[in-house]
Amino acid sequence: MTPMVRISKVRKRFGYLEVLKGIDLDVARNSVVCVIGPSGSGKSTLLRCVNRLETIDSGRIRVDGELIGYTEHTDGLRVLGEKQLCRQRAAIGMVFQGFHLFGNRTALENVIEGPVTVQGKSRAEAIEQARELLERVGLADRAEHYPAQLSGGQQQRVAIARSLAMRPKVMLFDEPTSALDPELVAEVLAVMRDLAREGMTMMVVTHEMRFARDAGDHLVFMDDGVIVEQGDPRAVLEQPREARTRAFLGQVG
Amino acid sequence: MSAAEELPINAKHPPRPGRWIAAVLAGFVLVWLAYTIIVNPNLHWDIVVDQQFDHRILAGLGVTIALAVTSMVVGIVLGVLVAVMQLSANPVLRAAAGLYTWFFRGTPLLVQLIFWFNLALIFPTVGFGVPFGGPQLVEWQTNALITPFVAGLLGLTINEGAYMAEIVRAGISSVAHGQREAAEALGMPNRAVLRRVVLPQAMRVIIPPTGNQFISMLKTTSMVSVIAGADLLTVAQHIYLDNFEVIALLIVASIWYLVLTTIASVGQHFIEKRFNRGQITLRRRLGRDLLPVVRRRKS
Repeated sequence: MTPMVRISKVRKRFGYLEVLKGIDLDVARNSVVCVIGPSGSGKSTLLRCVNRLETIDSGRIRVDGELIGYTEHTDGLRVLGEKQLCRQRAAIGMVFQGFHLFGNRTALENVIEGPVTVQGKSRAEAIEQARELLERVGLADRAEHYPAQLSGGQQQRVAIARSLAMRPKVMLFDEPTSALDPELVAEVLAVMRDLAREGMTMMVVTHEMRFARDAGDHLVFMDDGVIVEQGDPRAVLEQPREARTRAFLGQVG
Repeated sequence: MSAAEELPINAKHPPRPGRWIAAVLAGFVLVWLAYTIIVNPNLHWDIVVDQQFDHRILAGLGVTIALAVTSMVVGIVLGVLVAVMQLSANPVLRAAAGLYTWFFRGTPLLVQLIFWFNLALIFPTVGFGVPFGGPQLVEWQTNALITPFVAGLLGLTINEGAYMAEIVRAGISSVAHGQREAAEALGMPNRAVLRRVVLPQAMRVIIPPTGNQFISMLKTTSMVSVIAGADLLTVAQHIYLDNFEVIALLIVASIWYLVLTTIASVGQHFIEKRFNRGQITLRRRLGRDLLPVVRRRKS
């Protein structure tokens, strides 16, 4: 079976700085792949390339077998039209470090926004689904709250519900707990563990080594735009083969 | 610790004589001003009362309101359009938008109004047809088309559009980039991102200066009096050229301008409240979360 996400030979530069130097990575269906590495290693950029918030300079990214951002023709690639790109993005959930809930909408309105505006669902149907999702992330009683009235952990859980409302094939998490106060990290990780248990395909950029070890099926260590080491999370974390991995893990403890 | 220490603080302030002196002085000036105005025989208050609801004045008031509201509404639409052009990736659109705001903010409105009124001097006829000197399908005499009202509307609207473009641009830029990314990640097309996510949040920044623009616009309409625009000031001028009650009619007009701007200010207040949804100020937050606690302690 083809992997859910297949990243092959991806390169990306910002001006003179090459941040991804040929990345090959597969995310198997129903698996959780965690990406760790020092800041500036390119891990967030890689994640953002998967739903094309960033464009890539070379290589290919496929989600569920479909090339992201382009169509292939005999004479080369063509950039995908907006409508098709939106269709691809709608099937890829994304959770940001800074939550980015729509500030002028309540938790419930945030969750129904995608289904109503993008998928054309009826409001009533979307609301019913949104209430279920908020229940699932433990925030049924916060549906009418605006983001500014919620704690960081609650905001991030609403953001997860907002992504799930699109029924995505894969969820991308970009350091979902890095902006949270320490005591709020656990509630977000708990929601993510539930998702993993239910079989959601997840790609998680994180600094949470415990989560990577317990909930992850595969661990990737990136540094300086390349994948230095990857494999079973326990093996990588407990017996790292590469000196750079050892150095990084030594720093984060 | 004595029992008195537990009581709420109820301490007396040291004397503040400066406050009292300032209040007495300001009060005196106000009373004196009011007195001189009321007893002044050169201010014909009876004429003011007589003319305030004169049908010609009311007609002028109608024209003023029509000019202000129409040019404001169309100006806002124009402003949003030009702001979006300015922020677009297309360099030609950006240049066109830049040129527009540069020109219309850079020349006096009074000059623009006179210019529009005299449009026939450059283009004696206007019409639809093949551009660059080709045959015309329909054609009108410019002078028949450009009445003072139309010239005033054109001048005020296009000028307003230039100012609104800057206000809207600043509002759009104030919305955090993450909001746009979150919407794009959901699969929203660009137009929906703008309409559903960016613009509604930009409103919070756009509304207050827009309210000011409208209040300013209510008074700026008086400029069309230079092209005999039939607005409030034009009518007042016509009447005082007849009966020589210059001051009385200027007061009549001023009272109406004050009425309009006051109504607009009140409206502005309510619209601002509406668009501040989701903006929880610390005071309101404290009020909701802590007040019950405080009250419970008191009782």
